[in-house]
Amino acid sequence: MTQDNRIDRRFARLREEGRKALVTYLVAGDGGPENTVPLMHQLVASGADLIELGVPFSDPMAEGPVIQRGHERALEYKTSLRKCLEMVREFRREDSDTPVILMGYANPIEKMGAEPFADAALDAGVDGALTVDLPAEEAGPLSEMLSARNLRNIFLLTPTTSEERIRAITGLASGFIYYVSLKGVTGAGNLDPEAVRENLEHIRGFTDLPLCVGFGIRDGASARAVSEAGDGAVVGSVLVSAIGEAADGAAARDAVAQLVGGIRRALDA
Amino acid sequence: MSDKKSVDYSAFPDAQGHFGPFGGRFVSETLIGALDELREMYNSLKDDPEFRAAFDYDLAHYVGRPSPLYLAERLTAEAGGARIWLKREDLNHTGAHKVNNTVGQALLAKHSGKRRVIAETGAGQHGVATATVAARLGLECAVYMGAEDVKRQSPNVYRMKLLGAEVIPVESGSKTLKDAMNEAMRDWVTNVDDTFYIIGTVAGPHPYPQLVRDFNSVIGREARAQSLEEFGQLPDALVACVGGGSNAIGLFHPFLNDSDVKMYGVEAGGEGLASGRHAAPLNDGVPGILHGNRTYLMEDDDGQIIETHSVSAGLDYPGVGPEHAWLKDIGRVDYVVADDQEALNAFRMLTRKEGILPALESSHAVAYALKLAAGMSPEQNIVVNLSGRGDKDIFTVAAIDGIEV
Repeated sequence: MTQDNRIDRRFARLREEGRKALVTYLVAGDGGPENTVPLMHQLVASGADLIELGVPFSDPMAEGPVIQRGHERALEYKTSLRKCLEMVREFRREDSDTPVILMGYANPIEKMGAEPFADAALDAGVDGALTVDLPAEEAGPLSEMLSARNLRNIFLLTPTTSEERIRAITGLASGFIYYVSLKGVTGAGNLDPEAVRENLEHIRGFTDLPLCVGFGIRDGASARAVSEAGDGAVVGSVLVSAIGEAADGAAARDAVAQLVGGIRRALDA
Repeated sequence: MSDKKSVDYSAFPDAQGHFGPFGGRFVSETLIGALDELREMYNSLKDDPEFRAAFDYDLAHYVGRPSPLYLAERLTAEAGGARIWLKREDLNHTGAHKVNNTVGQALLAKHSGKRRVIAETGAGQHGVATATVAARLGLECAVYMGAEDVKRQSPNVYRMKLLGAEVIPVESGSKTLKDAMNEAMRDWVTNVDDTFYIIGTVAGPHPYPQLVRDFNSVIGREARAQSLEEFGQLPDALVACVGGGSNAIGLFHPFLNDSDVKMYGVEAGGEGLASGRHAAPLNDGVPGILHGNRTYLMEDDDGQIIETHSVSAGLDYPGVGPEHAWLKDIGRVDYVVADDQEALNAFRMLTRKEGILPALESSHAVAYALKLAAGMSPEQNIVVNLSGRGDKDIFTVAAIDGIEV
């Protein structure tokens, strides 16, 4: 990698400060498209280091029920990949510092085309992409397009990923690694911090990239438990759940501020 | 694209599950471990003589194979052309070709030592076939079924329950087959240590399209031998309906290297291609990624999967097996459509002329075969895959006729 980008800069700064990254997820368009950019700013104001903007898909196969419903709500507003990119562009008008990655499924990108997508992502101010159903052996063409534009390729590693695959995936990955803490879908509840710690130590034998832990993190305590061995925690379902229950945009921002603020304090304590 | 005459079709998929640009494994990393395990187990068993013998034994003694190849003389006379032969998969135990695959995957499940099987189902045929083999092996069984389909297919829901399966209505998305498949995948990734996922069609991530095809290829192997025995040559044409495409690939695959045998896969035309209300991705869709593979899909301009329509629930699926996508692109198989009305007409004609009540899915194949036969000579032979029986569809047909059963 020749240049750094916002993701690299953020993790470098956190490392200097001896702090853990708080990665926050929301589904673009959930709760109404006009509320997404204000919610992103709220996440940052409450202590998020990095935003994963979920791109809605009709068939989000890896998601648990909470995030599935977030996708369904967002699709009621016909929130397309293009609209997600517009939201990032709008976010960048006021925030040129916080890294944003797009997290979604392969088909909307396939429809747009890998190269037009990579161009549009760079142009909008996106910093990287995590495409859930593009495992390493199918990700090649898109990864190259993104890398050529200095965008980062975020990949998942799981408790069942073999050593051979860890080697291949860390070879392709950039920015950070998203470690899935358990067997299951997003939002599941059977987290084992000790197993997470052992697996993260194993993965560190293969890569210097920051390791962030997600799936099953719902509060300050669980975020702190997993991030002790890792470089950060990813929080998604609890935020999507709060947005889904909020009466309006302001209520959603309040709820998210409370949750993210609490987790931030626990991580920094 | 390669020249179709030089392709050895038995060499596909490649080691990563690709049929040309189609197929593959487009799933979250969370599922890769389970798929690797399945692929390794299948590769170690598929040519194992003991495993083959156990599969053949179950097909003969439990399913009731071989299924007959039946000359439909009155149907042939009606079409006024080529002779129409029916491959009678409707006579299998549980009433359709689906059981060929579930018997095979049940052997894999047993070998894996897992105590629980899961399946997705649309019309309920695959769910019933899975619940059946689970009962026989004493395995716990959960079947995911779209909440809409649970309402439309209540007899099959009850059959599954009688067989001891838990039927789980899926309330997400469009509440149909595609959502049931999403939900079954989610169950599998969560419970992978003790659960074997029995996919019902030649779609999904590798190795499913390969192993479901291999288990159903008994249809084509028998049809090939029966054709030589009954009329001393290979058929001039094969016809089968295509939803996900498991019965079609089962019939076609053993003939693919016989370049003189023409093949027609019949998609569900619904209310007609022009209406947009159909389930014909090979005729009116585009390549994309869904359910773990790259294939032709019904989708909108944003790449969201759209709802499909067919009078036959078993064809009501927005994707299609990746091998069919590839066979279309290289021109080996012609993919055509029969609409709801043509299928219903064929359903009635076969029932009245031959005393065989076909599944509405299979009726699409019969409908196209009638048209195809009319343009061929009486010395020629068409083999139609009669993939299932129509008992399950009498309520649908009665409702269309305005009759309460």
